[in-house]
Amino acid sequence: MDLFTILFYVFALITLGAACVVVFSRHIVRAAFALLFAFFGVAGLYVFLLADFIAVTQLMVYIGGILVLIIFGVMLTQKQINVDIKTSPVQTWPAVLIVAALAGVLIGMFWSTDWARMGEISTATTATTPKLGEMLLTTYVLPFEVASVILLVALVGSAMIARRERNT
Amino acid sequence: MDTTFVLLSIAKIAVVWGGVLTGAAILVLAERRISAWIQNRLGPNRVGPFGLLQSAADVVKLLFKEDIVPTAANRFVHDFAPMISITVALTTFAVIPFGDTIEAFGQNVKLIVADVNIGMLYILALTGIGVYGITLAGWSSNNKYSLLGGLRSSAQLISYELSMGLSIIGVIMISGTLRLDEVVMHQTAPLAHSMQKLPSWLQWLIPVAGWLPSWNVFFQPIGFITFVVASFAETNRLPFDLPEAEPELVGGYHTEYTGMKFGLFFLSEYANMITSSALITTLFLGGWHLPFAESWGLSPFALSLVKIGTFFVKVTILVVFYIIVRWTLPRFRYDQLMRLGWKVMLPLSIANILATGLLLLWWS
Repeated sequence: MDLFTILFYVFALITLGAACVVVFSRHIVRAAFALLFAFFGVAGLYVFLLADFIAVTQLMVYIGGILVLIIFGVMLTQKQINVDIKTSPVQTWPAVLIVAALAGVLIGMFWSTDWARMGEISTATTATTPKLGEMLLTTYVLPFEVASVILLVALVGSAMIARRERNT
Repeated sequence: MDTTFVLLSIAKIAVVWGGVLTGAAILVLAERRISAWIQNRLGPNRVGPFGLLQSAADVVKLLFKEDIVPTAANRFVHDFAPMISITVALTTFAVIPFGDTIEAFGQNVKLIVADVNIGMLYILALTGIGVYGITLAGWSSNNKYSLLGGLRSSAQLISYELSMGLSIIGVIMISGTLRLDEVVMHQTAPLAHSMQKLPSWLQWLIPVAGWLPSWNVFFQPIGFITFVVASFAETNRLPFDLPEAEPELVGGYHTEYTGMKFGLFFLSEYANMITSSALITTLFLGGWHLPFAESWGLSPFALSLVKIGTFFVKVTILVVFYIIVRWTLPRFRYDQLMRLGWKVMLPLSIANILATGLLLLWWS
């Protein structure tokens, strides 16, 4: 095994182990903390897929943004309520359906990808960022704009909810 | 991977870490001496000549102190938080070029540890991870002052990260790359080159200012100011040091830390100061570029050394600026901090992006 293979298994192990803690841990702070490692491991796996831009975006958006807010919420609520918040399974069947669908998509992707050609791609690829930017503003401009409008709606909505609670 | 690459990388990492860690130690002493000078006292001057060994004595003291963990603390997170802080502080420098190229082992070596395509995003991403060191330290200590410090710092870092990222975008638009070495290369041309496109009623500026190097600070003055202010906030330095405001929070997030674990937070704060000064230098002040150095007729090796020295001098000036600001300005109140971040810095940096885009459209 060369260095890259070992590193790949290290990152895969981090991702899977942390994800297991997130799912099976009953202690919500521990679960939120394990999510940090899961996101980090996934970012490492993106690097192995030569998606450098996606990897850094994963770190910036999920670890630098979303997870900070989750940990914020968990930290504050746990201290204030004085009750240990425990997680327990709810809505088992809808969850099973969604996970099965997701697994189907992922396995389909796995089979349809031409893994043998990955070697050629790794030598041919240079910077992914300019191409991604071009495609987002030409071919995929509609999904890009729709996503930004949805984000704007979420922003306005959350600001509204926060304001209303303060007035009552 | 060939062996030379690995060996060269290890050598570069050793140089960078040695530089940053030694720099941090010297900086602690410099901070105390400069603050003493500003406040008209002497400062530490007993350990060694001019007190130069004070930092070494402090580190030895910290290493031998007892490591106390509060009984009610979350032990694992309490241990883990300083590791996150120091890891982020020591890895951010990897993408910053500290010189041009240098002849070594028979090849031209780029003086940058990790020559990646997405250098700027890497730095922003690591700043995002750096929040966790402080937040988790504040939470895991199980102390209300620590928690308040941790919460303040995460709110502050998230707010100012935005304007930091947005003020970098102006630089990205001008240089058209995310690689920090190319950003520096882009700044080496004389300003006269880009002034050719000025309208005729502004052509008289060319003999006046054309000799200046085309450092980004001349193209992005607003971006430069917002970036410097955001860097002060990101490094928790006065006037933005609310996470560790002594009069209100004892010590803030590191109240419950002793010994070398406290030392790691302290060290990462100073290392972050060096790194952000290096980043300001690279993005806005031309990095290792010294105007007219090429025309001195030096040998390539001496020229490389001059460039490294230029980078070092620029970073030192910025770091001293950091220290002088800390001992000159009072601390912001929390609502002032948030108002500045969201109602002044954010609109200003967005307006800067808009103006840069319009000017680029008009010039090309």
